[in-house]
Amino acid sequence: MQQQSYSWVPLFPERASSFAWEVDALYFYLVAISVFFTVLIVATIFYFAIRYREKEKFKSGAEIHGSLLLETTWTAIPFVIAMTIFLGGAIVYYNQYRPPKDAMEIYVVGKQWMWKMQHPTGQREINELHVPVNTKIKLIMTTEDVLHDFYIPAFRTKADVVPGRYTTLWFEATKPGKYHLYCAEYCGLNHSGMGGWIYVMEKEDYERWLAGNVSNQTPAEAGKELFEAKLGCASCHQQNDQGRGPTLVGLFGKEVKLANGQKVIANEEYIRNSILNPQGQIVEGYQPIMPTFKGQVTEEQLVALVAYIKSLGTQPQSNTMTASN
Amino acid sequence: MENIKATETKEVKVNYLNNGYSIWSWLFTKDHKRIAIMYLISISIFFLIGGLYAAAIRLELLTPQSDLFETGTYNKIFTHHGIMMVFFFLIPAIPATLGNFMIPIMIGAKDLAFPRINLLSLYLYWLGGIITLWALLQGGVDTGWTFYTPYSTTFSNSYVVAAGLGIFINGFSSILTGLNFIVTIHTMRAPGMTWFRLPLFVWAHYATSLVMILGTPVVAITILLVAVERIARIGIFDPAIGGDPILFQHLFWFYSHPAVYIMILPSMGVISELIANFSRKRIFGYEFIAFSSIAIAVFGFLVWGHHMFVSGQSIYAGLVFSFLTMVVAVPSAIKVFNWTATLYKGQVSYDTPMLYALGFIGLFLIGGLTGLFLGSIGLNVHLTDTYFVVAHFHYVMVGGTVLGYLGGLHYWWPKMTGKMYSEFWGKISAMLVFVGFNLTFFPQFILGYMGMPRRYAAYPPELQVLNIFSTAGASVLGVGLVLPVIYLTLSLIVGKKAPANPWLLPGLEWRTSSPPPTENFEETPVVTWEAYEFSEDNGLDIEKAKRELVTA
Ligand code: HEC
Ligand SMILES: [Cu+2]
Ligand SMILES: [Cu+2]
Repeated sequence: MQQQSYSWVPLFPERASSFAWEVDALYFYLVAISVFFTVLIVATIFYFAIRYREKEKFKSGAEIHGSLLLETTWTAIPFVIAMTIFLGGAIVYYNQYRPPKDAMEIYVVGKQWMWKMQHPTGQREINELHVPVNTKIKLIMTTEDVLHDFYIPAFRTKADVVPGRYTTLWFEATKPGKYHLYCAEYCGLNHSGMGGWIYVMEKEDYERWLAGNVSNQTPAEAGKELFEAKLGCASCHQQNDQGRGPTLVGLFGKEVKLANGQKVIANEEYIRNSILNPQGQIVEGYQPIMPTFKGQVTEEQLVALVAYIKSLGTQPQSNTMTASN
Repeated sequence: MENIKATETKEVKVNYLNNGYSIWSWLFTKDHKRIAIMYLISISIFFLIGGLYAAAIRLELLTPQSDLFETGTYNKIFTHHGIMMVFFFLIPAIPATLGNFMIPIMIGAKDLAFPRINLLSLYLYWLGGIITLWALLQGGVDTGWTFYTPYSTTFSNSYVVAAGLGIFINGFSSILTGLNFIVTIHTMRAPGMTWFRLPLFVWAHYATSLVMILGTPVVAITILLVAVERIARIGIFDPAIGGDPILFQHLFWFYSHPAVYIMILPSMGVISELIANFSRKRIFGYEFIAFSSIAIAVFGFLVWGHHMFVSGQSIYAGLVFSFLTMVVAVPSAIKVFNWTATLYKGQVSYDTPMLYALGFIGLFLIGGLTGLFLGSIGLNVHLTDTYFVVAHFHYVMVGGTVLGYLGGLHYWWPKMTGKMYSEFWGKISAMLVFVGFNLTFFPQFILGYMGMPRRYAAYPPELQVLNIFSTAGASVLGVGLVLPVIYLTLSLIVGKKAPANPWLLPGLEWRTSSPPPTENFEETPVVTWEAYEFSEDNGLDIEKAKRELVTA
């Protein structure tokens, strides 16, 4: 098996994602500021403490009360520096936390104490994730139990994985190698064992790896099976608007009008809630007859259903498919 | 002044310590000084327990594998360490001991405004402490001191409710202490003690008390909600029954971020005293230091979301919290600059309290600056939940609070006990604490940037070297912290008798005998001097102090 990748700089983490250098740059900017101020203050203290050490017992120091000019200076300068740090952080964060639209989507389900991943082509992995290099990848993540956190230090990013909702994490790996995956949110007994490896592979190697791993079903295929057969969603949701429920074709990414007048965007979270808590958001013009599937579907089945409904077409790209609406 | 007579007559003077020896004269006392001493003993016990857990953590982390303890035991150990240290040591450390003892004396009052409530605070602290300790001994808690849901409400099989109950009760002790301080500072200042003549230690406690009163009820409610969900299965935080786990984090940090200021502000107050008094001159920028405490207390309530940048809260909320976090850093910077400037043209002496104060500035500087790393949202994504955070808050809470506490304890020890401690051992231990502390926690910044997550019983082998440094440092730190327990206790028996004003300082606490009488002053003092006034007209007698220095 592949060897773990180390940075050539001792005591420094390997850098392997598109935005990792930005995080490092910000880090070194802050290190520079910190060293500057620490040296400044410590040197001044030493100088004063020695230069003005007590000459005679109980003698008083000079009568100095303060200086408005100095106070203003040392309020303004730190404020300005703090603002540059804020802006730097905001820019880096924007790149870390805004997943690009055209990313390859991988589903991640955390549970005490393992990570289950599923590729769009259906391959499943546990505690390991193989990804192609120079490819934008978006993880759509949830958990079956408590909070976890998907953390890849070499990519300089992490995100909490929260029960009851989907959170996302994206990256573009820039260097083939084997990198640590950690759970960074305390999750009970075996928290420190809930790690694994991220394998970044050349694109051809990744294709070969995919081919070598028999895929059972893609998430969308599994979802289709659940939708049509096992859970019977199709009895109400049909390809057109003839059923008792609205058609789900072209739903994803669309703005949905609810009975209470609200408008919401149909994202992963919305679909998930529609399945688990249909009474929470009733679509305008429909009766609240959809039963809840809470307790009947696992997180992985939910993910599959979401993937299937997404595969029925995305609003912006496929206007023709939603003409029936 | 009046204490001249006292030292000249040979008969033993009645003071708060020899005024009754029975156990009841302590347990039913209304004297803020006796209550402070009982607090001092109690928090030392909790500090010791918390410290033993810390030692266990560092021993486990000496090797990459989880070998010394079972993983589950390790999880309990770091949880217990956090609970003991945060709720039962750091939060009450300075306010309930040094603050309780000194605030009335420093403002020229006979006692706190509500002496009985002060005693009640102590009882609540004991009750809370005993319940929590009981929970830890019964089987313990494994949720981390942060009690994140739904782990704490649904999944953890440990004594969450009992430990929470103890913390809940202890919270009221804090609220009552804060209330007592605010009323006392408003209504009981001696004639002439105007707001801007108050020692900065008192200003710092005023700000702290505001946070205690406004913040603590929120954490009390939060703990209550956790208990309700755990016992009655009413869905509040667990999404499986309709709750929201992020809500818990909002509530928890709404208190627990300001709680950081409950821990650090009083310590900053101590440092202001030490720096000014051991430079023998007025503090530089008095008003700026005073108001920066208030600014920290107020802004401190608006930044809780910086603990949740990766939790799934909205991106825009994250940006606002990051911005406000940067703003709140400024008043802390102002303090550091003013302290440094105070030394200029002073008469700086290097007594043990001053060594702690200078050490504080160094460590707090690093703690504060690394806070900027974590407040910068893009960097936070990489650093949060790693050892970088662990190092950062230990720099602020141990480097800040504990050094301030030890500095203050040495500084006021002669006043509180009437005995001088050994300067030699004081200096040795101050150095050991400083060196040991840095050796323990500096490597953890590097570990954090390398990606070592916190709360890990086992870690990858490439991180072992730095962990060995950290454990080695912890041993030095441990020695540095045990020494004061020994030489301070010994000073009670063999220590030289402390004069009323061993350093000839202008504060009111130095104008009464050591230890002070039960009513603090023989007659109500009238203040005619400014804070840290070292000029001729501060009413002190240099010649007499020099004479005392020779005879002592
Ligand atoms: C008994 C009929 C029925 C069944 C069975 C049913 N649904 Fe529904 N569903 C409805 C109705 C009616 C609505 C519209 C009213 C509402 O929002 O609850 C709806 C709404 C939805 C929506 C929101 C659609 C929109 O346009 O915003 C989604 C998504 C959905 N269902 C998914 C499913 C899935 C997945 C299943 C199977 C696990 C399922 N439904 C089973 C009747 C049904
Ligand atoms: Cu975990
Ligand atoms: Cu905070």
